[in-house]
Amino acid sequence: MRMETSDEILVNRAQAGDSDAFGQLLERHYDMILRLGYRMLGSQSLAEELAQDVCCALPVKLGSFRGDAKFTTWLYRVSINAAKDRLRKQKTRNAAQQGWGDMFEMQQHDADETANDRAWLAQAMTTLPTDLREVLVLTLAEDMTQAEASAVLGVPAGTISWRVSEAKKHLRALAQAEEAYP
Amino acid sequence: MTDELDRLAKALKAEKPANNPDRKAEILAMAQKSFNSAQEAAQPARPTHKSAQNVSGIWTGVKEMFRSINLRPALYATSALCVAGLAIIVIQPLRDSPLIPIGDTENYAEVRLEKLDGSKVKEEQLVVLDQILPGAEPATAPPPVTKPSTLKLRKMANERDSISSIGAGSVSGYLGNGIVADALAPVILSESNETFSNDTPNPLKIVTKDPVSTFSIDVDTASYSYVRSSIESGYLPPVESVRIEEMINYFPYDYTAPDISKAPFSTEVSVFQTPWNSDTKLLHIGIQGAKPAIENRPPLNLVFLIDTSGSMQDADKLPLLKQSFRLLLNTLRPTDKIAIVTYAGSAGTVLEPTAASEKSKILNSLERLEAGGSTAGQAGLRQAYALAETMQSDNSIGRVMLATDGDFNVGISDPEELKSFVEEKRDTGVYLSVFGFGNGNYRDDMMQTLTQNGNGVAAYIDTLSEAQKVMVDQVSGALFPIANDVKIQVEFNPERVAEYRLIGYETRALNREDFNNDAVDAGEIGAGHSVTAIYEITPVGSPAIKNDALRYQTEAVSNDGIDEYGFLKLRYKAPGKTKSTLITTAIPSASDQPSQEAQFAASIAGFGQLLTKSKYLNSWTWDQNIALANAGKGDDLFGYRTEAVQLMRLAQSLK
Repeated sequence: MRMETSDEILVNRAQAGDSDAFGQLLERHYDMILRLGYRMLGSQSLAEELAQDVCCALPVKLGSFRGDAKFTTWLYRVSINAAKDRLRKQKTRNAAQQGWGDMFEMQQHDADETANDRAWLAQAMTTLPTDLREVLVLTLAEDMTQAEASAVLGVPAGTISWRVSEAKKHLRALAQAEEAYP
Repeated sequence: MTDELDRLAKALKAEKPANNPDRKAEILAMAQKSFNSAQEAAQPARPTHKSAQNVSGIWTGVKEMFRSINLRPALYATSALCVAGLAIIVIQPLRDSPLIPIGDTENYAEVRLEKLDGSKVKEEQLVVLDQILPGAEPATAPPPVTKPSTLKLRKMANERDSISSIGAGSVSGYLGNGIVADALAPVILSESNETFSNDTPNPLKIVTKDPVSTFSIDVDTASYSYVRSSIESGYLPPVESVRIEEMINYFPYDYTAPDISKAPFSTEVSVFQTPWNSDTKLLHIGIQGAKPAIENRPPLNLVFLIDTSGSMQDADKLPLLKQSFRLLLNTLRPTDKIAIVTYAGSAGTVLEPTAASEKSKILNSLERLEAGGSTAGQAGLRQAYALAETMQSDNSIGRVMLATDGDFNVGISDPEELKSFVEEKRDTGVYLSVFGFGNGNYRDDMMQTLTQNGNGVAAYIDTLSEAQKVMVDQVSGALFPIANDVKIQVEFNPERVAEYRLIGYETRALNREDFNNDAVDAGEIGAGHSVTAIYEITPVGSPAIKNDALRYQTEAVSNDGIDEYGFLKLRYKAPGKTKSTLITTAIPSASDQPSQEAQFAASIAGFGQLLTKSKYLNSWTWDQNIALANAGKGDDLFGYRTEAVQLMRLAQSLK
């Protein structure tokens, strides 16, 4: 049985101009990009836009991939950065209500428990600062260890754990506010 | 109460994007298109079709290897290929795995060499891998290419986009104009290896024949940087890359400061016994440029605010920025303090206020900076200012040095707002410098606002020499050269000196008549720069005289017994002037104990000559030279000299 060609080999081929290899890489990782975008941004259409941005920028970006990290780590980083760029642009456009914000608005008016959960999630995600949000997405949703997240975000592992605890504080404060104003 | 995180994890995982195959196909098709157009735009220097299938990444690594080391050892190993002109080595793996250690010879059958134009070298010129990989001792090849570890290859490949592959810490001593290209030239892949400009070492001159030696000063230091990176990578630098004067001038020397009312620089001359030859003497000339006002300048507290957003990863951005700051760091004093704040979404304070003397700590944190993430917003600038304010002490100057590639997107995006923010902050005693890197979305309006406002200084940095100009000189207060076209002429007294040779400065030689010709260009001295030149002289009557007296032409030498080895003349132009000024100093024929500074300079001259295997060194050994360097090390506040000694040890082991 032939083992699946590793990402690294595909990357090298793609860097050397092999478009099939590039196609395989995208096929393999598209879902991750989309998923990450979805959880960072909180909407299907935003996530797809992001995936499009990332995928189309990848041929050029790939030139700067130097093999010092795993390809997936690098791709996570590229995607997270793209997501953050979007978030920043949203902010400057005064459109913070997109994505998670929208969902929050929508879910608030629903009564069932799932909707309740989603509303809470949306609220939490909207109010979390980006640097905490990205850490949570990576560690909670993508099941990364703090070391892996630290590799993706390029910050020390200590910073990751600090951010997780900050996020916890933030969520707790949110919960208290909820109790105070149900 | 860990429930919040669990709850969030659960909720977050429950949120999945819908599967939308059409959209996915559409996006992937667009990406493929983008890939194809990127390929078309790429350089044609790609491997052939066949190798593209098999070789993939490694050729980049190999190419990088050849880019960052010199080609000579490879050329020795494969001398047949010298003629062919080695350009790219393509390694063809038998197995489909480019990341197998290259030392693992089983996986590689052969090395195929191709010329840059893509034509194959002839069959008989195919080299068996053993010749350049471990396993066989090539007849004449020095070690480098024989032991490339994967690690090194990959490392080099990794550094591909940063100039620092060669320059890592290496262009740091750079002090002149236009020498960066020179320093980097050897790393450029080319069919020719003749990228170093260096002449054959200055020959021994007979005073009665050539009593006058003329040269232009040289404050470049690139050669030292190259030599260092070469030795640190495990091989001796090619002889032609060693320019001894640049090595000597890399180091700051503690020469007497000039009396500015007389001349913009001071000249120090001393004569002492040559360490490597007890029958000759070294004439040491030290020139020290005035340090206007910076002599007593207050300590600086610098907060580097560095944009590490994703877009900064281009070679002319973050890597250049790192090098620029490294340059700057070299000019700082131990009493200065540095802190680093990044403002990519993630980080924050990367380096707490640290004394400039802790160079390696600062360099390490600088080195670790990596582009990735987006802009954090206002926080960065505010944090930098806050940090700068905490560093303030009575007589220090605080400065935030913002480096970015773009719209200074630091939360305050309106020029007016930025202006008033900076203005407001100036009252706290903290100044702002803004350095733009790369091109693209460079915001001139913002720069202008800052500059015209007068509170901040803004500059655009596209090359290292520009970085030198605006960053280093600005901070150290040296905004302009203090003397242009500085030429040195030494006339030796044939009654006292039989022979002489100038160590280094081969590329700076001037004709005797050029000295008084103001139209002939020469080197500049910047504020605070020091320049050193060393002659080895053989006194009359010394057993070390190499040239016998002539039988038919006897020069009657009579100077009425003037007790001087020679006469030093120095010409310079004050900035903006076209007419030169002459300074003269007699060189008394007395021999002293060398000063520490002169001793160290001599040891670097020895270092350079050991590397070039100079015949004038006689039986001088590395150990002796290391001892000499250690004796001249002095306080060495920044550790440059210690580093040099380490390099000598390393070079000794490579020999």
